This record gives sequence, C-alpha cells and structure tokens, in this order.
Amino acid sequence: MTETTIPLVVNGKDHRITRGATVRGLLDELDLVPGMVVVEYNREILPRKEYDQVELQPGDRLELVHFVGGG
Amino acid sequence: MSTTTEPKVSPTQDTPFVIGDRTFRSRLIVGTGKYRDNASMVASIRASGADMVTVAVRRVDLDRSKEEAILHHLDPDEFFLLANTAGCYTADEAIRYARLARAAGFNEWIKLEVIGDERTLLPDVQATLEAARVLVDEGFKVMAYTNDDLIMALRLEDAGCVSVMPLASPIGSGLGLVNPFYIREIKERLQVPVIVDAGVGTASDACATMEQGVDGVLMNTAIAAADDPVAMADAMRLGVRAGRLAYLAGRMPRREIAVPSSPTRGMLD
Repeated sequence: MTETTIPLVVNGKDHRITRGATVRGLLDELDLVPGMVVVEYNREILPRKEYDQVELQPGDRLELVHFVGGG
Repeated sequence: MSTTTEPKVSPTQDTPFVIGDRTFRSRLIVGTGKYRDNASMVASIRASGADMVTVAVRRVDLDRSKEEAILHHLDPDEFFLLANTAGCYTADEAIRYARLARAAGFNEWIKLEVIGDERTLLPDVQATLEAARVLVDEGFKVMAYTNDDLIMALRLEDAGCVSVMPLASPIGSGLGLVNPFYIREIKERLQVPVIVDAGVGTASDACATMEQGVDGVLMNTAIAAADDPVAMADAMRLGVRAGRLAYLAGRMPRREIAVPSSPTRGMLD
C-alpha cells in the first residue's frame, strides 16, 4: 500500500504533504504568497517559475525565507 | 538679465550621494529591526528621511501569522531595500544569505556582514573579504561592514565593494564614534563611499560622525530603542544634515588660547 503523504523537512521541522504535491502546493498549504518568499530546495535556490513544476520527493529539505526587520 | 538683488547664497554645495550606480537623497541609512511595532517602524523611517533601509533574511515562522514579513509594512517602491547578512559567522553562510536575498527579486545589493565574536559582534574581516570577493564576482553590489581598520578597508575596496562601512563602535552599543582619526583616514584614502555603520547612540554622535567627512551613516538601534523613536529619527536626520553641512562649511582651527570676538580697539579710557 502506498502512503498518501510523504515526509519533508521544512525550515528545520518535520512536515508531511500529499504525495505528488509541488512546491507551489506546499506554499499554498502554508498560506504563503509565492512572491513574498524565497525557496531554497535541497540547498539550491529555486526560481519562482519552477514552483509549479517541482514535485516534492520524500526527504526533501526546504528553507522558506523572507525579509524581516534588521539592521 | 535679472535686475533684482538676489540674496547672496552660500558657495557651499553638496555633491550627490552616489553609491555604485545609484543616487540617494539621504545620507542617513536606517535599519528596520527592534521596533516595538510596525507602525512605529514605518513612522520612524519616514521621519528619518532615509530612502535606503536595511532588512534581514530569516526563515518564515510557520507557526505565526504573516505579520512579521517586512514587506507587509514597507513599500519597496518607496524605499530601496538593502538586505543584510546579519547573524552570519562564516563566509559561506554570508554568501548563502546574500544569494537568498537577491532571489527575492528586488536588487543585487547586499550589506555584507560576517561576525567574528558573539560578545562584541566585531566583524571577522578575513571572512568578510573572502565573501566580498565571491559576491562581487557573482555581480553583487557589496556594501561591506568592517572594522575601523584602514588596511582592511583598502582591501575591501580593491575587492570591488561599492561601499566600505567601518563601525563607529560595536553594533547596538550606542557608544558613538570611538576613533575619529581612523575613520577620517579611511575616508581620506578610499575612492568608494565610506559609510559609518553601527555604534551611533544619539544625534550628536551622528553629527560628529558626519563631521569627519564620511559619505553617510547607517544606524538602527539608536532610533528603534529610543523612548520616542519617531522624534529620535527626526533628530538623527537633523544630526546627519548638521554634520554634513559643518564638514562642507569647514570648521575653524582649534586654538589653545582665547581670541576675542569683539574689537579690542575703541574701548573707553
């Protein structure tokens, strides 16, 4: 039997998502606006135009970053 | 031809504040961290008159609302966003943060900062230089935070940084300009703009720093941690302006004896 979700590590925490989901799907699920975040996918920066194309794989590590206040 | 008598204007004219290929209105650059709330941050930045503001790159906190994203509060059309590599302790880490910042899509500028010591937050200048070389090679416009050390400032300029930013004193210390002589010497010897970054505590510090002839001042805590950040931002705007004007005006020489201001002749018997 195939599991319906796969494990990821998102911003250092374990996270499960539906098998077949894309990066865009993950952002939607987390209620994040694609234009407001930068995605590092397995240590490589992922161009925004690829969010719809990249299908998440078990064990993928993602960093979702944005600008915050700083000096 | 005009026949009216124009009031005599001061011959002192400032040059535009140009860094890399961009001209900025204000010689005061401000940070966006440590404010009590976002409304006071935005009001303070407006009061400071700054058109360039620094931001940090951090993980999205997935357990919290989107409120922490600075772009919900600051319009990137109104302010030029200068991302920093604050919190990075190695060249590799700083390079990674710089690339992430550029991928946000606003500009290719980075305030490079590689910290070498947790207690003083003094920069690791060797790692800074290493990261600067890589980032300049990748097309970044690097503004490098560094110590008040002339040799390192020259090396950062040689590496292609668009600005070198020596500290006045440690980050967040508010100790003011501890070494005016070194800062003056760095300004004297570099071609790229010298911006004093970190350590300014109050408006007189900003003024005294600008009086050394540097091109600009970057600060965050001095405004954000004031009891009234908006009033302090206004004070800093005036301090930077006053210091710049005083520098351009050319101060009188220091003398160790008094010289009367009023005529010594014409006194009564």
